Amino acid sequence: MSEPQALTFTPRDNIHTEPRVIRFVIVALAVLFLLIFVVLPLIVVFASAFSRGLSAYFAALTEPEALSAIRLTLLIAAISVSLNLVFGVIAAWAIAKFEFAGKTFLVTLIDLPFSVSPVISGLVFVLLFGAQGFFGPWLQAHDIRVLFAVPGIALATIFVTFPFVARALIPLMQEQGTQEEEAAISLGASGLQTFFRVTLPNIKWGLLYGVLLCNARAMGEFGAVSVVSGHIRGETNTMPLLVEILYNEYQFVSSFAIASLLAMLALITLVVKTILERRLDEGQVPSDD
Amino acid sequence: MNGVPRRRSTLPGFGLTMGLTLTWLSVIILIPLAGLFLKTFDLSLEQFWGIVTSRRTLNALRISFGLSFLAACVNLVMGMVVVWALVRYRFPGRRLFDAIVDIPFALPTAVAGVALTQLFAQKGWLGAPLAELGIKVAFTPVGIFIAMVFIGIPFVVRTVQPVLLDLDVEIEEAAASLGANRWHTVFRVILPSLIPAMLTGFALAFARAVGEYGSVIFIAGNLPNVSEIAPLLIVIRLSEFRYADATAIAVVMLLAAFIIIFAVNRLQRWAQTRIPAH
Amino acid sequence: MTIEVRNIVKKFGSFAALDNVDLKVGDGELLALLGPSGSGKTTLLRIIAGLDWPDSGEVFFDGENALDHGASERHVGFVFQHYALFRHMTVFENVAFGLRVQPRGVRKSEDAIRARVKELLDLVQLDWLADRYPSQLSGGQRQRIALARALAIEPRILLLDEPFGALDAKVRKELRQWLRSLHQEIHVTSIFVTHDQEEALEVANRVVVMDKGRIEQIGTPGDVYDNPATAFVHGFIGESIVLPVEVRDGAVKLGGRKLDIVANGAAPGAANLFVRRHDMQIGPAGSGSLEGSVQHVRTFGPIQRAEVALCGSEGKTVIEIDAPRDRELRTGETIGLQPRRYRIFAAPE
Repeated sequence: MSEPQALTFTPRDNIHTEPRVIRFVIVALAVLFLLIFVVLPLIVVFASAFSRGLSAYFAALTEPEALSAIRLTLLIAAISVSLNLVFGVIAAWAIAKFEFAGKTFLVTLIDLPFSVSPVISGLVFVLLFGAQGFFGPWLQAHDIRVLFAVPGIALATIFVTFPFVARALIPLMQEQGTQEEEAAISLGASGLQTFFRVTLPNIKWGLLYGVLLCNARAMGEFGAVSVVSGHIRGETNTMPLLVEILYNEYQFVSSFAIASLLAMLALITLVVKTILERRLDEGQVPSDD
Repeated sequence: MNGVPRRRSTLPGFGLTMGLTLTWLSVIILIPLAGLFLKTFDLSLEQFWGIVTSRRTLNALRISFGLSFLAACVNLVMGMVVVWALVRYRFPGRRLFDAIVDIPFALPTAVAGVALTQLFAQKGWLGAPLAELGIKVAFTPVGIFIAMVFIGIPFVVRTVQPVLLDLDVEIEEAAASLGANRWHTVFRVILPSLIPAMLTGFALAFARAVGEYGSVIFIAGNLPNVSEIAPLLIVIRLSEFRYADATAIAVVMLLAAFIIIFAVNRLQRWAQTRIPAH
Repeated sequence: MTIEVRNIVKKFGSFAALDNVDLKVGDGELLALLGPSGSGKTTLLRIIAGLDWPDSGEVFFDGENALDHGASERHVGFVFQHYALFRHMTVFENVAFGLRVQPRGVRKSEDAIRARVKELLDLVQLDWLADRYPSQLSGGQRQRIALARALAIEPRILLLDEPFGALDAKVRKELRQWLRSLHQEIHVTSIFVTHDQEEALEVANRVVVMDKGRIEQIGTPGDVYDNPATAFVHGFIGESIVLPVEVRDGAVKLGGRKLDIVANGAAPGAANLFVRRHDMQIGPAGSGSLEGSVQHVRTFGPIQRAEVALCGSEGKTVIEIDAPRDRELRTGETIGLQPRRYRIFAAPE
């Protein structure tokens, strides 16, 4: 978020601001609300994870089941982020650099996964690839596992993280316009040269921003993955699924140990995101008209 | 016609990128969603209606939509308090709190779920004092409501914040110079120009809460007809291999989601015509 | 390199940006496309560059069909209105870009590229800015870098879109002269788009005046100023006094009164009389075919500008005239006016 323009208040300025009492009450309410609803749950995660000490914490994280969940989560994130990265850039190029009818509708379609319940995002793949699904019998006949295996989990994750990269790039690329690309073309550059030498350097922070959010969601997705994973221990459990299983088995320390890793991921994501947002704000060209 | 050019645009790659975009979109989003709607045709209209209006389904939908609405209302009010404090006032830690607003976006839902449950459980840091007051949160509808408030926090704040930041100070000075007191200025001049953004934030928070699963199911108790949300019912029906039932509930929720997207789009267009971007 | 444009039509939706445009540009010319915004001048420039494509029509470079080639193959230097400098590259890299993207085999060696960029930066007198980024430059500097970048590919044609549009008045004047002398030095066929008549008349060898997607007149600066071909050109270039008249039997009437001027073959019916401000001959009352009373006089430089209310005109037509300082005008004075040079164009329907 950009820094608001500094308003300087004189003590008795009743034109620009409210009386001091009201100001105090509003700030106190806001701070209290955020502390109770956001900060406290976050602290609970770490407090519970470390409640039996460091050794219990690290023991929980080095359990074979935990390690396999971490590996699977990284694999799924790698697959879904890289695919969405490529297609996000491609979609943003088509949408931001060209004019065509139905553009708004296309953007709405790309945004669609954000409005679909995660459970439904998983369900649609069960209906396609499940035993009773459209492709189920064919897959079974050819002995291909999609559901309750890596491909299904990856598909559901790609579905829920679909919009992130395109969404981060489209407004940025629209704002930058096509002039620099036109200049490059008129100077003799090919399409790919133009993209890699002119477009990509201009959108790199926005791209990183999209990838960051995409990755955070890919690693943390629960509902959609839960529906398609089948919860096969040591095989198809991602970190969020393992958090659930351990919690339901009253292994609170182990559950919160895994949860603390995910919470750390979220915090790092937020820090990097804030830095990137500042970069993006600075990167905006001062318009000369 | 002579000399009609073969190429129509300067920048290359429109056909290729558009083709790939549409293909990828179809494979990942459109075909799976279409499959969901197709699946409902396995059911007759009476069957569909029977599933959707069965007591358990209706209660689940009522719980999901009702509590989401309540939670979105709280998010609207508290979101305005937070955004006002963040934009208009200086206080220690303001930038930290600004960043904190995004945590519900970033924190995986399962983590939020177990954390909120732990916090509000009978022996939890907040659950214990509340229990002494006779308020039980975890494993009741109140718990669902709390979880929904948590995940909805960023929406109102992040939609209203840029609009409030952009608001010209001169408008307020003009109002004051015309004799308005601060109360008038805030409620007659500032808030009305924020209404489209507020409604958009409300709708987004509502939509998110309706579909939410991970952060709710741990704290909900999941008692049929009492504290069972619609997404959970879908999962239960799936685990019972009652695919048609799961699909019917999903279609109802999807349609609701589409209506909300449509409403948000209209809201945004309305906001643009009312307050032209400068 | 000569350019020939034939029957170009370009529509954006139902709006005709270019409506059957024909144009020939000779080798080494410095041509101005002049017109108000929306006249189609930028669209024409972009079509020549290959940045836009016409709905129909042809473009030839030295007799060769240019529409067979995309923008990157036309070897046309294009200078964008807002410069379109690559913001993430230094000035040096911006200028070197066109040389670096050449296919292997054609591409110059790194040393040759450096030498060429240096040469170009010297040409635009900005060699000391080589390591800066575009955001660190002033508007006029960016403009000259954009020009150097366009020249780097040794373009066969140089196209400039509102080259001085985004600059302030003083820098503009300096750059105009600079562009003229640069053109004399490199002598590349050049076209620039402008909405500023002074700029067009001062810089170009020939001026193409455009309006509503059509070419109104092509001529030397002197031509378009002194012999405007249409009412639009007369009104657009230079300040004009416009009086509604009626042409009948070779006579010209203003408000029922016959004027002492000839119709010059203007078609009978409603028409407009166009006179330059300084082309009104001033004499004592009764000396010309028009008469008016001086309402207000301002004096600056070599001229005095007077607002004159015409007598006999119902509703009091007020015109502004420029008169030399040798005859002092006084407020309230009645004077006679006679157009020295004038044009009559049929009134628009």
